[in-house]
Amino acid sequence: MLWICLLSAGFAGAQDTLPDSLFSVKLGEVVVSSKPLINYNKQSKPLSTLEEYLEQTSRVSMVKRGNYAWEPMVNSMSSERLNVTIDGMHIFGACTDKMDPITSYVDVSNLSEISVSSGQQGAEYGPTIGGAIDLSRTKHDFCNPGWSGSVDVGYESNANLFTAGAAVKYIHSRFFAAVDFMYRDAGNYKAGKRITVPFSQYTKYNLSSTLGWKLNDNNTMVASVIFDRAKDVGYPALPMDVSRARAAIASVQHLVENIAPVLRSWETKLYYNNVLHEMDDTKRPVVPIHMDMPGWTSTYGMYSKIKAEKGRHDMTFNLNAYYNQSKAEMTMYPKDTAEQIMFMYTWPDVRTTYAGVFAQDRITWNQQHILQYSASAGFHRNTVADDFGLNSLRIFYPEMNAGKNRVVLGANTSYTYRRKNMEYNVAAGYGQRAPSVSEGYGFYLFNSFDRYDYIGNPNLKNEQSIEAEAGITYKISKLKTQATVSYFHILNYIIGIPNPDVLPMTIGASGVREYKSLSAVNMVNAEWSVEYKPHPSWKTKAALTYSYGQDKQRQNLPLIRPFSFRMSLAYRIKSLELELAVDGAAKQKAYSKAYGEDLTPAYAVLNFSAGYMFFIEDHRLYLRAGVENIADTYYSTFSDWNNIPRRGRNFYVNISFAFDKKKAVKE
Amino acid sequence: MKRIIVMAVAIVSIFTYACKKEETTPVSETAGLKKVQEMANDTNTVEIYTTSGALQLGYNDVYLRIRDNATSEYAKDAAFDWMPLMHMMSMTHACPKSQVQKVAGKETLYKGYLVFQMPENASERWTLQLKYQTGGNSFTVEDTVAVPNSTRKRVTVITGTDSKKYIIALVSPETPQVAVNDFKVGLFTMENKMSFPVVKNFAIDIDPRMPSMGNHGSPNNENLSYQSADSLYHGKLSLTMTGYWKINMMLKNADSDVLKGEAVTEENEASSLFLEVEF
Repeated sequence: MLWICLLSAGFAGAQDTLPDSLFSVKLGEVVVSSKPLINYNKQSKPLSTLEEYLEQTSRVSMVKRGNYAWEPMVNSMSSERLNVTIDGMHIFGACTDKMDPITSYVDVSNLSEISVSSGQQGAEYGPTIGGAIDLSRTKHDFCNPGWSGSVDVGYESNANLFTAGAAVKYIHSRFFAAVDFMYRDAGNYKAGKRITVPFSQYTKYNLSSTLGWKLNDNNTMVASVIFDRAKDVGYPALPMDVSRARAAIASVQHLVENIAPVLRSWETKLYYNNVLHEMDDTKRPVVPIHMDMPGWTSTYGMYSKIKAEKGRHDMTFNLNAYYNQSKAEMTMYPKDTAEQIMFMYTWPDVRTTYAGVFAQDRITWNQQHILQYSASAGFHRNTVADDFGLNSLRIFYPEMNAGKNRVVLGANTSYTYRRKNMEYNVAAGYGQRAPSVSEGYGFYLFNSFDRYDYIGNPNLKNEQSIEAEAGITYKISKLKTQATVSYFHILNYIIGIPNPDVLPMTIGASGVREYKSLSAVNMVNAEWSVEYKPHPSWKTKAALTYSYGQDKQRQNLPLIRPFSFRMSLAYRIKSLELELAVDGAAKQKAYSKAYGEDLTPAYAVLNFSAGYMFFIEDHRLYLRAGVENIADTYYSTFSDWNNIPRRGRNFYVNISFAFDKKKAVKE
Repeated sequence: MKRIIVMAVAIVSIFTYACKKEETTPVSETAGLKKVQEMANDTNTVEIYTTSGALQLGYNDVYLRIRDNATSEYAKDAAFDWMPLMHMMSMTHACPKSQVQKVAGKETLYKGYLVFQMPENASERWTLQLKYQTGGNSFTVEDTVAVPNSTRKRVTVITGTDSKKYIIALVSPETPQVAVNDFKVGLFTMENKMSFPVVKNFAIDIDPRMPSMGNHGSPNNENLSYQSADSLYHGKLSLTMTGYWKINMMLKNADSDVLKGEAVTEENEASSLFLEVEF
């Protein structure tokens, strides 16, 4: 697996306990505990939003519709082609316009790790085409009894962003309790050249708590909840804002470890989550018609996962299932108040039931050859529970049934060969996915990018992907370099195709697109990275990414990342660290005009940050300050909705105080 | 708490349903109908019913029963002839109407339709004259009937390019749904003030729009065509959301010449021939 681990050390633990592993595949095994994601050693801006953290990983790019709730893409594929989970839990955004990707309902303060997997390597928790993002919650253990905690404060000049957080943890040898809270409040941000972007404000609260019991030496129970609430969120790239978005995410987990020599661990989790999303246009000065667009999802789920080892074999079995309800409405208020209100279901109360199994075996010979193979099979059922909604869809599909069953299959194999300083990796995979709720059952969903109303299609075939990946890594003491290329041949690629016979519903829309399948598309993602440490105090990194995506007629697909680069130079002496970084992309020539894209010019922005750490007895005070977009460049990237500009120059300061009242240390 | 309320409602509904079931046997002749009014003479009282309990502008299914004033028995052998009349200040005219026939499966219930093409007002009223035979004798009752104006256009009177007057009336959907609705319309021509026969084998193109929301339309509608079974025009009407819909129409004769109405385009927001629904 390609694990991109965004942390190593935290407030409470010692520094850099994460072994600086030689090869990426090995990282998958690393179990990181008691380390929050907020990390002053690795992050130039530790109190960044989760989206900013994600954006730093080279396979991930973010679709921005404003300054909040960016939508992650892996391998230039977004939400419906990815498996985005929180600790293996499925949770679904409640917005028909993708204004609330699930990454917006957690905060970095809850997380210890974000693992990004490419393609079928991400199929453990469910079917995927592009890959997976799993957000791992901070795992606590029963070591180091006592109190610990931290207080974080951050300020950013651009958008007048204020961040405040606190975390407290108590550990007993048989029990722990941890609570953390994060508050973020931002005004309108300024793009380059001091141009204010109206309706880009947001306020977010996130509260999370975890309780753990050690039942005996082998058994632990962990219960956790996350409450996330955002209000008054502006989406400058969209015609509507959000008055309220909230999620409650709860789980109970039972873990047995070292059951038998072969059975290493057995983890079972039951979970429930509930999301409410309310769009709002009352603050916009001019709207053609006032409308309310609330959406709800709730999901009940479970997984049970066994890890086993025998000889050369290292096996994982995962049984997982969920039941999801997604419903969204649209109510429009005519100017003539005597007229009846206009109402429709945009998601007609769609129930999705999924149950699947995943099995993987990894065989290692002499630490030199690693063969890994996995297979998954799942049953997927959609039902339209609401007759009103079903009859609406039958306007387009008179013959459709309320229910639809699918079988979703996947398989993957990879081989890794290591020799001296080199590692070679090849992988091949096959995967399927069922259409998302919007793709299958959406009703007049307005896409403000291409300005079409989208209609779901319950008769879509499963999308299928055939993928291949190859990688090579070279590492010596001062240098590490890695190149990977992945190829996806996607059959029955689901995309909106214009139907000129149908009139759009939304005022100002260009037409109606119905979700259909393209027979085949090809996508390629390539990246190359290098890390060079000429001196213990100096470190330089560079990463280049290139993507390609076209259909059979050689028409460009939308949202394909142009050639992009990221470089940094860091200097560290004692407790002081300085970093200079540059981010940029070449001109996006391969854009999709048909999907509302235009040429995105090349850009490069320069960032600088400095960090310092003070030790006060056992406590620590971290200071981190910096400037982003030093030249105040006005720019937007290929994935900025309607070319909304990104932030201009921004000064920031992050201060954290971490305290630790541990009774004894027994690692 | 919510769950308790839901359960309580469920239990109550089950009981009410159970109780109702007992009361409604045997099935009444007028189940599902509401009485509009009665018209009486010395021998009989004629009861007039509709599904809503009132007459409305446009198309009305009208149900009739004849009660014997002495025995309270309902006539099973009746034959009706009816004449609705509008008493205007300057003239008197009738309206499109059907024959009255016994309702299939019923013993004492008779049915026909009336299409009131104009509403009453303070000085102009509709009367309904009912001539009927029962037990070998002929009788007449007559009274005013209330036909108030409607908020939405359920009926329209037009003059075609052939200089004839036509009446187009919405028959169904009576309660529109967000769905593909069965759309039925009656088309009549005015031969003279007293005669409004059904027009056969014309065609009516439809284009439903929502003027309050950018005048957007809906897909998969089916234009109206004549069905001899009920002498009405049948089509499909797709309504993608609740609210006010203007159903723009073009009336074409058997030679497909447009007699009235224009296509809706970017420049032309609406047809001069239309009906309306709101729900």
